[in-house]
Amino acid sequence: MHFTVALWLAAGVALAWSRARDPGKTRLALAKCWRSFEGILPQFAGVLLLIGTALTVLSPSTISALVGRRTGIPGMLLTSAVGAITLIPGFIAFPLAKTLLDMGAGVQQVAVFISTLMMVGVATAPMEARYFGKKATLLRNTLAYILSFVTASIVGMVAGR
Amino acid sequence: MSPLARYRFPIAMAALAAAVALVMPAKAPLLVRNTVANFAEMLSVLPPIFVLLGLMDVWVPREAFVKYMGDGSGVVGALLAIIIGSLAGGPLYAAFPVASMMLRKGASFYNAMVLLGAWSTLKIPMFLFETASLGARFSISRWAANLPVILGMSWLMIRLLGPAERTAIVERQHGLDTQFAAHPEGRTRRSHAGYVGRRQ
Repeated sequence: MHFTVALWLAAGVALAWSRARDPGKTRLALAKCWRSFEGILPQFAGVLLLIGTALTVLSPSTISALVGRRTGIPGMLLTSAVGAITLIPGFIAFPLAKTLLDMGAGVQQVAVFISTLMMVGVATAPMEARYFGKKATLLRNTLAYILSFVTASIVGMVAGR
Repeated sequence: MSPLARYRFPIAMAALAAAVALVMPAKAPLLVRNTVANFAEMLSVLPPIFVLLGLMDVWVPREAFVKYMGDGSGVVGALLAIIIGSLAGGPLYAAFPVASMMLRKGASFYNAMVLLGAWSTLKIPMFLFETASLGARFSISRWAANLPVILGMSWLMIRLLGPAERTAIVERQHGLDTQFAAHPEGRTRRSHAGYVGRRQ
């Protein structure tokens, strides 16, 4: 929340400064800003609708029930798949991860869930591909998925019980 | 492209959401709540980011990006990408237009990838929340493990993509920009002419 306020303030101050220095350039900046926003808006809207639907079907309670007591590689594969496909905002994801830990999921399973959640975005892939192309998108997400297991193993070693 | 064709993806997704709501009427209120929350998050983060991007595009000269984040920028460039990424907030999708603008302005492909990586997992606001929920051992070890992973992954990306493909991706960012500029109104045409000089 604080961050969002800071972001709006920064944008407001920058805009005021820009306008004071050069109104023409500022108009150009806003035109560019609107064009790039409107250009990607269909992808954004579609992805957000998809995520809203996915989160409803795969609600936090469903996820907890699915992976709550599982451990080992199958548990990691399951949590990583959930993490890779969905896009859950941090304020839901971290309490959910805490619940998973409390329900008996291993640290590795939870770490791989958090890592894939943040780095891999199957739902946002259409948007990413619009910017960087299909190949780079596929490559980045695949690498991020594999490396999430590396990170999770390290976290498991350090923070594991 | 007609507006209908451009918006076929969100229209299809809206139809999917409606279908899910019909099949599972008990979940319909939750679906509406989730979707509204998602749009609220997007609308709270994206407008200021796009305004800042537009202003940076106009005010920060290409030379500055080339110098501090370009191919020869070395440690400074990667460090800047990490700092920008970890101070950022909002979901990863908000980082795509930022990385796109950086590439368009002459930042190296490696640094753009480092920015995406840092944005996805090293965000400080997120880190604080993670510490509060899961404990410092968890969050610090994840942060520390992710730093080299992101640098290594970005390196792998440039190796696996190769120079030709990377050039094509950078070109694509210019294409996206001019594609959006190709609206028929005079205002946008004039504004387009105003920044032709930014390209080499």
